[in-house]
Amino acid sequence: MRFEGTADYVATDDLKVAVNAAVLLRRPLLVKGEPGTGKTVLAEQIAQALGAPLIEWNIKSTTKAHQGLYEYDAVARLRDGQLGDARVHDIANYIKRGKLWEAFTSPTLPVLLIDEIDKADIEFPNDLLQELDRMEFHVYETGETVKAAERPVVIITSNNEKELPDAFLRRCFFHYIQFPDRDTMRAIIDVHFPGIQKILVGRALDIFYDLREVPGLKKKPSTSELLDWLKLLLAEDMPLDVLQSKDTRKAIPPLHGALLKNEQDVMLFERLAFMSRRG
Amino acid sequence: MLLNFLDELRAAGILAGIKEHLVLLEALEKETIDPTPESFYYLARAIYVKDEGLIDRFDQVFAKVFKGLLSDIPGNVTGEIPEEWLRAVAEKYLSPEEMENIKSLGDWDEIMETLKKRLEEQHGRHQGGSKWIGTGGTSPFGNGGYNPEGVRIGGESRNKRAIKVWEKREFKNLDSTRELGTRNIKVALRRLRRFAREGAAEELDLDATISGTARRGFLDVHMRPERRNAVKLLLFLDVGGSMDPHICLTEELFSAATGEFKNLEFFYFHNCLYEGVWKDNRRRWSERTKTWDILHKYGHDYKVIFVGDAAMSPYEITHPGGSVEHSNDEPGAIWLERMTRTYPATVWLNPDRKDGWNYSQSNRMIRQLMDERMYPLTLEGLDEAMRELSRKR
Repeated sequence: MRFEGTADYVATDDLKVAVNAAVLLRRPLLVKGEPGTGKTVLAEQIAQALGAPLIEWNIKSTTKAHQGLYEYDAVARLRDGQLGDARVHDIANYIKRGKLWEAFTSPTLPVLLIDEIDKADIEFPNDLLQELDRMEFHVYETGETVKAAERPVVIITSNNEKELPDAFLRRCFFHYIQFPDRDTMRAIIDVHFPGIQKILVGRALDIFYDLREVPGLKKKPSTSELLDWLKLLLAEDMPLDVLQSKDTRKAIPPLHGALLKNEQDVMLFERLAFMSRRG
Repeated sequence: MLLNFLDELRAAGILAGIKEHLVLLEALEKETIDPTPESFYYLARAIYVKDEGLIDRFDQVFAKVFKGLLSDIPGNVTGEIPEEWLRAVAEKYLSPEEMENIKSLGDWDEIMETLKKRLEEQHGRHQGGSKWIGTGGTSPFGNGGYNPEGVRIGGESRNKRAIKVWEKREFKNLDSTRELGTRNIKVALRRLRRFAREGAAEELDLDATISGTARRGFLDVHMRPERRNAVKLLLFLDVGGSMDPHICLTEELFSAATGEFKNLEFFYFHNCLYEGVWKDNRRRWSERTKTWDILHKYGHDYKVIFVGDAAMSPYEITHPGGSVEHSNDEPGAIWLERMTRTYPATVWLNPDRKDGWNYSQSNRMIRQLMDERMYPLTLEGLDEAMRELSRKR
């Protein structure tokens, strides 16, 4: 059971080592990196490579740790109590299982993705320490203990919006997905667009990396944006000579909306282009 | 050997503990990796380093500890090379013929020997030549250039001829100088949260509902307001003159603060606080708010943040009429004192680097007036300042 990247995912050597170590030792793998470098996709690919089901827990700013374990629907029970429903006698009827519970009791070994853990409140990771360490938790309402028969593979992603507590980090393997260099990027493009023209890719990459160099951009375009842009270029059947002008400072690349996601960035870019045309 | 590695890591400020060490041993025992130095390096990195900002330090320690121990790792040249030499400002594009023309200098030892000698000889930044260390040239040292046996020092590898991964130190630019983006500022500001329930009742109060239901015998739903941040904040921003280089940073702080706090009031001042402040810089002379009014209007529970570089002539603080812009009846020091007396929770954030503070007399005076509660406008400083503000009084 080794992860070697898949047909649609290019994994660098260091990523493979980190993933394989985490999978073998069954410790959570914390993945960080710029937005759009494939953190979430990684979990999908690991699940696919291991032939395991993927359980996704998407974290929001309002997500609480215990929601991942279970929720007790007290209001429904109160209502049923008033209506004289027979279900009311068993409290277990009102316990809703969370994603962690699902992962712990899954019949086949699952991959659990805790996506964007940094979105939640600062205390969130601390509340999950025990559960992720021992892979078990206690349900107070029914008095049962849910324990994972086999420790699931846990992938946690973070966009660095908040620092994670040390105690939490202690328990994780860590991997930082670096922005891919040209060669890796070429491999990634090959995976997504087999048979794409080499010249087109070369020029698109030139423009793309130049664009990332423009100082003062609020959001640098990343891998996913490049792929979207290429898809658009292909769909629009853009003639090659539109991409001809290599210097991005002289002209705005066609369909730039796929690359620049911020009106200030587009304005900055137009200003730069205007200035260089004049000067 | 591995314990020595752990000690070195801790000495370098990477807080790895016995837990990580045991994990590493377990991973090695279970043979999770191929027995190559690269795999070992990646594994150790995944286990010991938990922050991408520390990867560069890890690389340095790794190179130091395992130098000569793992058989195929060549020696490392010691000696700090000034960053500016290596800043890749230009790249020289070489044709294949040119590349052919560049002769190898010899074997590894010879190159290292020469590099050491060059390091001793060289005293300035250099670029585009073919002997000295720098960027964009064809000398075997430095980066961005091409030589078949080149040793890469810092910078980005362009021609793919550099040596071991950890010696590439690709994560160099991530160390410690992380940008203070609005997101990070918000996180720091979050320390200042003090929750209170006020406003519209929108949330189910379970306890009250249960006890109400039990008392009345039928379902009695109670609602309560959501918990919200109830901290109140006064922000005073220095504008103009020496603050101009810091506009970007101040803007970021400002936008993060307005996003985070509901009860936020902000005012501008210039250099030092006097009897009037303003809310709109275009109408700074026509629409002024009296500082007395602020002191009277906002309660003692407000927290006050000054943002300024505290760089001015000492007279602007100590003397009546010392202001550069107008004639002030009372010196700035008195106004600052009134401020700190009215608002016990007050800090001063300074965008200038902390190591330069002592060179400015006005800075020392302001710090004295603020009871040393001046913090640099970095993430760390902001964090400390927020801690000071949220201290119970």
